[in-house]
Amino acid sequence: MTNGWIDIKNTDMMLIMGGNPAENHPCGFKWAIEAKRTRNAKMIVVDPRYTRTAATSDLFLQIRAGSDIAFLGGMLRYAIENNRIAHDYLVNYTNAAFIVKEGFQLPEDGLYSGFDPATQTYDKATWNYQEGGDLSGEAATAAPVSGHSSASPLPAHTQPATNQSGPGLTGQGYQGASGAGAKTAEPAKPAPTLPSNTAYDLTLQHPRCVFQLLKQQYSRYTPEMVERITGIPKDQFLKAADLFTSVRKDGDMKQVGTILYAVGWTQHSFGTQIIRAAAILQLLLGNIGRAGGGINALRGHSNIQGATDMGGVFDIWPGYLKTPSPADVDLATYLKRTTPTSSKPAPWESFNYWSNMPKFTVSYLKAMYGDAATKENDFGFHYMPKVDRNYSWTQIWDNMYRGSVKGMLAFGMNGVAIGPDSQKNIDALKKADWLVVGEIYPDETSEFWKSPGITAEEMKTINTTVYRLACAGFAEKDGSMTNSARWLQWKNVAIPPPGEARLDQDIVAQIFLRVRDLYQKEGGKYPDPILNLTWAYTNAQHPALGDLAKELNGNALADLTDPKTQVTIKRGQQLPGFAWLKDDGTTSCGNWLYSGCWTEAGNQLARRGTDDPSGQGIYQNWAWSWPANRRVMYNRASCDSSGKPWDATRKQVWWNESTQLWVGNDVPDFKPDSHPKDHMGPFIMNPEGIGRIFGPLAALADGPFPEHYEPIESPVQNALHPNQSNNPVVKKFTTAADKYATPGDGFNIICTTYRLTEHYHYWTKNNQMNVQLIPEPFVEIPVELAAELGIKGNDKVKVTSARSYYVAKAFVTKRIKPMTIDGKKIYQIGIPIHQGYRGIQEDAGRNARTILNRLTPTVVDPNAYTPEFKGFLVKLEKA
Amino acid sequence: MELSRRTFLRGALAGGAGFSLLGFDLTPAVAQLKELKIVRATETRSTCPYCSVSCGVLIYTIGDKAKNVTPQVIHVEGDPDHPINRGTLCPKGASLEQDILNPRRLLKPQVRRPGSDHWEDIAWTQALDEIAHWVKKTRDDTFIEKDAQGHTVNRCEGMAWIGGCTDTNEFNYLVVKTMRSLGLTYIENQARV
Repeated sequence: MTNGWIDIKNTDMMLIMGGNPAENHPCGFKWAIEAKRTRNAKMIVVDPRYTRTAATSDLFLQIRAGSDIAFLGGMLRYAIENNRIAHDYLVNYTNAAFIVKEGFQLPEDGLYSGFDPATQTYDKATWNYQEGGDLSGEAATAAPVSGHSSASPLPAHTQPATNQSGPGLTGQGYQGASGAGAKTAEPAKPAPTLPSNTAYDLTLQHPRCVFQLLKQQYSRYTPEMVERITGIPKDQFLKAADLFTSVRKDGDMKQVGTILYAVGWTQHSFGTQIIRAAAILQLLLGNIGRAGGGINALRGHSNIQGATDMGGVFDIWPGYLKTPSPADVDLATYLKRTTPTSSKPAPWESFNYWSNMPKFTVSYLKAMYGDAATKENDFGFHYMPKVDRNYSWTQIWDNMYRGSVKGMLAFGMNGVAIGPDSQKNIDALKKADWLVVGEIYPDETSEFWKSPGITAEEMKTINTTVYRLACAGFAEKDGSMTNSARWLQWKNVAIPPPGEARLDQDIVAQIFLRVRDLYQKEGGKYPDPILNLTWAYTNAQHPALGDLAKELNGNALADLTDPKTQVTIKRGQQLPGFAWLKDDGTTSCGNWLYSGCWTEAGNQLARRGTDDPSGQGIYQNWAWSWPANRRVMYNRASCDSSGKPWDATRKQVWWNESTQLWVGNDVPDFKPDSHPKDHMGPFIMNPEGIGRIFGPLAALADGPFPEHYEPIESPVQNALHPNQSNNPVVKKFTTAADKYATPGDGFNIICTTYRLTEHYHYWTKNNQMNVQLIPEPFVEIPVELAAELGIKGNDKVKVTSARSYYVAKAFVTKRIKPMTIDGKKIYQIGIPIHQGYRGIQEDAGRNARTILNRLTPTVVDPNAYTPEFKGFLVKLEKA
Repeated sequence: MELSRRTFLRGALAGGAGFSLLGFDLTPAVAQLKELKIVRATETRSTCPYCSVSCGVLIYTIGDKAKNVTPQVIHVEGDPDHPINRGTLCPKGASLEQDILNPRRLLKPQVRRPGSDHWEDIAWTQALDEIAHWVKKTRDDTFIEKDAQGHTVNRCEGMAWIGGCTDTNEFNYLVVKTMRSLGLTYIENQARV
């Protein structure tokens, strides 16, 4: 979330889409109800099902799963056509005025410029800004974007050879070795970079300025087109578009709208672009950085946010530092590639906070390798593994299935149940040498070798050694978790683990220390990174989570003095925050983003101050939030160019002329002494300093603007460009297990998946109380479809996809209605995810013991690599 | 001084006696309060492990004051001081006590040997020794120091770590620290899916 749970109460307008917070985040959703109650805020809910969130809305629209970009594109068009835009915000805080390079083409045929069909990738050289200065007034003579005119009146573009702006650093996508020659013997071709001096037109009239491109891109997303693709009747769509954009009626900036979403947006083969579309809409309306605004991801679990912040995925290190690639032959090359230089109109300023990359990186390497990380050995840079391809979730299973991944450690992660394509994951584990599962309950993954369908004979042939280690539950461990609002909250230990169960951190530490001992005694492949890893914990075999939190925060390795304030931090002291980090090896910090979490003042995460003087729900002294305890990100954008809040009743931060500082109720997310007249952009993590309506260069794999593509399995062709129906850069997987359906094979029903408020993923099926509330799996089927197939409520039904089948009871409902998509009658069904083959009901033989994710396909979003769990094709029959 | 909930309850008791002089008789309410089993319990502040709202919860235990006695959880409820959930919990959070005290919990390490159709008990030391050998063997068998272009890669592609959604930040840090030191590239988490 750019904002926070309580901050929702400050809004005037909510769009909830791709999420169902009333059922999945009930205690956070109360703040949405609070906004309705106290501010008369309006709520629009768009979902394939009529959910409990929808039941509290002012306007509910039923959408076809996977058509969200068409809906949001229609909203963008409506806002532009009806001048419901935040003009000053747009010009000054976004790249709307930036000019895009000649040669860039919009995807009217489904493809942006630069597509290579052989590799299914884009050459992104044209996805860039034009270099130059102020081009205001030159609009009449400029070459339009879709033309191929070579007679450009603009100065020829010259690529500055020294400019090494990195790819989109705030994106989640793996862009590791793009253009760096990692996979070929050819000499490395330097990756294109952003120009330091971008051309711009503050009148937004230039035909290749971002605003005009945006307008052109979404001109195709008419209400009629929205209806054809999404199934939402035109008049209903127009009602929603009018309502949501009404916060910017007549250009008034006081009102604020928010967007809340969850995995209903991420789990698509174009998921990142759905979120981009929403972010663009929020920039267009000037809603980002403001109390009651923002773009708010509602994470599905208690520490998804923290796991990502901590680099718990292959492509990032802690604090979103990029995992290095083989072409980064030394630390200097890596830092040159990953440290952006600013790219902006010459008269503006850009803080370009990622320019501190070398400080964050060197301090991280010092945390990893301590005294063994020296200037001479590049601070142990080559102790770290290098990646040049995708090693994400589905790749693990695919490569285990193919036989190259021999072992797996799975802690608190039920990979078989989570899927996609659970049977493929089971078959993959059969080929592994060993599996270690750390869990608190018996789960599907640890018992894959006796999953339903495996005979006694087959079991004998499964040679995987499986260790199942009894771990500790939440009440038995301390430590912090980071919620969706970026609050890090410390919890305490209530009781010890039961029986012989052990703390997870002790288990991992003891495995590691044993491996280290083996390398010390026996030697082996490149033992240096293992032998040199820092291990300065009070009790080596039982590292305290408090010790680890201190390591995350970082400390001084030499006496440090701030030249401005003359404040000194003594060697060995905890750092006050990331502003103190150095790139010369005199600071250590496990995660720069979390620096400030455990300072000399102690554990900031355990703070419990309940004061909220502004009444905005900021709670500055409750726990601690990243970055630097800021509660609303980009909050500089809550003020106009002069530094005055857009809305005086919701003042967050503002410029204080007498002290020459940014001050406020929240911590300013900005350079504190940057005078408004210097025109520094509020989006300090982008090298441009502004919000990206156009995502340049490698920011995204599939286009600078979102474009509607059909899910990999779809009942219809893409109405915008039938010849390019799917996302062109998405590749299908190719093992024998990977099968994809088409409507021609009789798979005509769209299936979507979801969670119930009474259950939590695959855990609470072990809990009597939750099982009593929802004892059985079911399939939600529209009344009309049930009638067609002769299915009644409680009948046993079988759902079949190209991969496998699922059996459960029919729940015939009016909550999902039949839809008309491009003139075709289409049904959608929904299935909750919670059951499997180990649980109270499963063990008693009271359900079919099938896992829902046997149905889902292995195919992923090209930026975030999240699988397409939502919107795949099935057949339905009476079992 | 921070006013804890229990101090507040005690204050409320004392206040009750005072108010009765004014004509209110709060004796029944006071008697009720004395019966509450949480009064003699230890209150531990925790966080719900389920969704990302991260509601504050209070876990009440007894028996933790005596030596050689394992504390027992007797009650779990929402933390009324927590600014987000303000004491409320959803159907999942409200059943957390059953998640802590659950007869289905795993209580010891087990191993399933190749070709076997059952779990066997295994001592912790033995299990961890065996796992360490597997890790070292797989790393030594699959470690790549240089790629085809001669670039240093120092990676191990032969094994994977998959991490859960309720792991703490500190545990996640320990994991990525140790696993990357082993050269693992397949480090993934529920955060991806």
